[in-house]
Amino acid sequence: MTEPKRHRFDAVIVGAGGAGLYAALRAGLKVRTAVLSKVHPLRSHTGAAQGGIGAALGNVEEDKPEWHAFDTVKGGDYLSDQKASLLLADEAVRAVIDLEHRGLPFNRTPDGRIDQRRFGGHTRNFGEAAVRRSCYAGDRTGHMILQTLYQQCIKNDVTFFDEFYALDVILDGRECAGVTAVDLATGDTHLFEARAVLLATGGFGRMFRTTSNAHANTGDGPAILARRGVALEDMEFFQFHPTGLRGLGILISEAVRGEGGVLRNRGGERFMEKYTPKLLDLAPRDIVSRAIVTELREGRGVRGDGTGDDYVVLDATTIGRETLEAKLPDITGFCRTYLGIDPSETPIPVQPTAHYAMGGIPTDEFGRVLAGDGADHFNGLYAAGECACVSVHGANRLGTNSLVDLVVFGRRAGDHVADYAAGAGAAAVREDEVKAAVEIVERLRRPGGRPGPEPEALRGRLERVMMEKVGIYRSGAAMAEAVEELKGLRRDYQNIRVGDRARAFNLQTLDILELGNLLDLALITAASALNRRESRGAHSREDFPGRDDVNWLKHTMARLEGERVSIGEKPVDISIWKPVERKY
Amino acid sequence: MKIVLKILRFQPDKAAEPYFEKFEVEADPGSRLLDALVHIQRRIDPTLALRKSCGHGVCGSDAMVINGKERLACKTLVKDAAGGEGAEVTIEPLRSLPVLRDLIVKQDRFFETYRSVKPFLIEGDEPPERERLQSPDEHRKIDEATDCILCAACYSACPVVQTVNPEFIGPAAVVQAFRFQEDSRDRGFEERLAVLDRPNGVWPCENRFECTRVCPRGIKVTKHINLTKKHITEFRGGRGEKKAGT
Repeated sequence: MTEPKRHRFDAVIVGAGGAGLYAALRAGLKVRTAVLSKVHPLRSHTGAAQGGIGAALGNVEEDKPEWHAFDTVKGGDYLSDQKASLLLADEAVRAVIDLEHRGLPFNRTPDGRIDQRRFGGHTRNFGEAAVRRSCYAGDRTGHMILQTLYQQCIKNDVTFFDEFYALDVILDGRECAGVTAVDLATGDTHLFEARAVLLATGGFGRMFRTTSNAHANTGDGPAILARRGVALEDMEFFQFHPTGLRGLGILISEAVRGEGGVLRNRGGERFMEKYTPKLLDLAPRDIVSRAIVTELREGRGVRGDGTGDDYVVLDATTIGRETLEAKLPDITGFCRTYLGIDPSETPIPVQPTAHYAMGGIPTDEFGRVLAGDGADHFNGLYAAGECACVSVHGANRLGTNSLVDLVVFGRRAGDHVADYAAGAGAAAVREDEVKAAVEIVERLRRPGGRPGPEPEALRGRLERVMMEKVGIYRSGAAMAEAVEELKGLRRDYQNIRVGDRARAFNLQTLDILELGNLLDLALITAASALNRRESRGAHSREDFPGRDDVNWLKHTMARLEGERVSIGEKPVDISIWKPVERKY
Repeated sequence: MKIVLKILRFQPDKAAEPYFEKFEVEADPGSRLLDALVHIQRRIDPTLALRKSCGHGVCGSDAMVINGKERLACKTLVKDAAGGEGAEVTIEPLRSLPVLRDLIVKQDRFFETYRSVKPFLIEGDEPPERERLQSPDEHRKIDEATDCILCAACYSACPVVQTVNPEFIGPAAVVQAFRFQEDSRDRGFEERLAVLDRPNGVWPCENRFECTRVCPRGIKVTKHINLTKKHITEFRGGRGEKKAGT
């Protein structure tokens, strides 16, 4: 076994999307910081975000952070921690201005200020009517944020280790001592000793068959911590975005509806009128996704057969070609490229697509990872972005709130990482931890006792069981089956071995490691979903169709223990707004 | 439909030289070429190496040479790459960058050219309390250039980099420079001239238009290069200075 190459930094950040890069900019001001990313930073999935970043700038209409915070809490079906949501909304304004100061090319109003547009669930005056809160750059806002932050990292000389895949964190009880990673270009294991580690590894939509997520979104950070016995929070809440391109899952931004696009069923009916008469097509995503599935099940999809191939249409024809080209050029491109249609002439075939993880690694408002079911935290271990759960998004995330989450909590975590790392002594790196990390890869290369299963067969079954049994509409019986199937898949997974013997750019090894992460997270998700006997936000059960605040107004904390998932809980901060029925 | 992917392999641990290998696959005509490549890598030959991520043309990971032209594999539909049933599709890695394994190239030089033009906002003064103002017209000027995803398709396609001057910073670097040189909020025009206005800077471009032809974001790359040359020429002329090397 080759000795791992060793590095020493004050802070190491895993993941170079919006949250990771912003944290690096802040931490790098004070302490020696390195960023590890398994893809080149510019390939991070932040770059795929389309619609906008929400902040109560009030440039086009009167707006207040308090209204934004309320919308966030209500959007989260009252599972959002309220003071944290207010923090998000308050700091959003400064975050957007800061991005602009760093060069982000926002679309502008005629008088030169940052333009804002409507977005699902965002209202003025606590739900009175839709409000223009989403600051945007075409339909490429995520791309602009990612590029701007990476540019700033270049300007500030941030140290990057590109195409390094994180294997494990090094923990000494509650102290974090660093992280081990494999250099994909060589296959060598590296040890990064650090006083503070921040995980910003993004989402894990690749658990599902139809997803808007990149291949790289495999939940590496949460999976690593889950295997370390850290309880993950609210994993049952996974958002299905209502409008993915039929069959492909490619995201068609909510912004299309923000600009006037309308969902229609086979009868050409604007069916959202039946479900949310006030907000119509701009209702929160969980509500719209369920509405679409209901339409499909009741035979009103375009095919009329209610199968997985059935779909509805997003009619953007009234938006006008000029506006489509100016404000929604990318989605216009997707329609042309993948379906050969022009959205200014033809309604777009859409289906819900697995999109965003509301749950993940539990943190406080400084990004510190929580230990146990209470508010106790690890020292020197942080998480931010989609992989973290503060919780601001609660049971369902509003559009434009992810980009602002990245920037606000990426920044907060980065600042805290810097202060902590500057003052902390180094924790000890135990050699057996290092050996264990090397073993993660070596084990896959050693012949197994029996012939291993085909990884692709496992992947196919994982994606199908999650899509069918832990998807938009859930039931106890199906989820119980899913839990058992996933346990079986995880057992089979232990026998997988790598066939490709090369060390350099061994994608098969990476694929298999990522598959392991998805299986672990899927089991936690299914078990958490089975446990929650109510419907709330994105978690919708046919056997428990109502929201039950008496028994279930609490966060789920799910701990992986071998084959089992043990479920604990954590209180929700409801100190500002009293939870009421969520109607739009 | 059945298609044959003829892929230029490079497996340095097995053979010193690259070699073509054919894979026959069944693929939905409306599916992405990337999907066929992933299918091969996951179900037929796990040693096939390629980069991929978003799968819909926004991240820039899977730029490669398909039937002789630089394209993103995830934006190329099978039916567009394959002439008909049983057709062959030739797939090779990007040009002008060292090949590491199969379709994975070493991108260091490409990102070096990008970094060299100081691709970040250079401010002139303290920022205001709120956003800096920028008119819709000023924004429109840089809108196209901000679209660049740094996929390196243009760099690969550039005949100047390939055969005339490998030290040319290349089309993408110039587009990235343009994005800031023409941003009304930027004050770094002169600072970037040190890189742009030199023999390997913007001048080696010969207007061959290959970059424009291949850009998956539809950026008129050559036009941006020419506008940059023009701006530099006017700037130098206005000062009675000579351009540094053509």
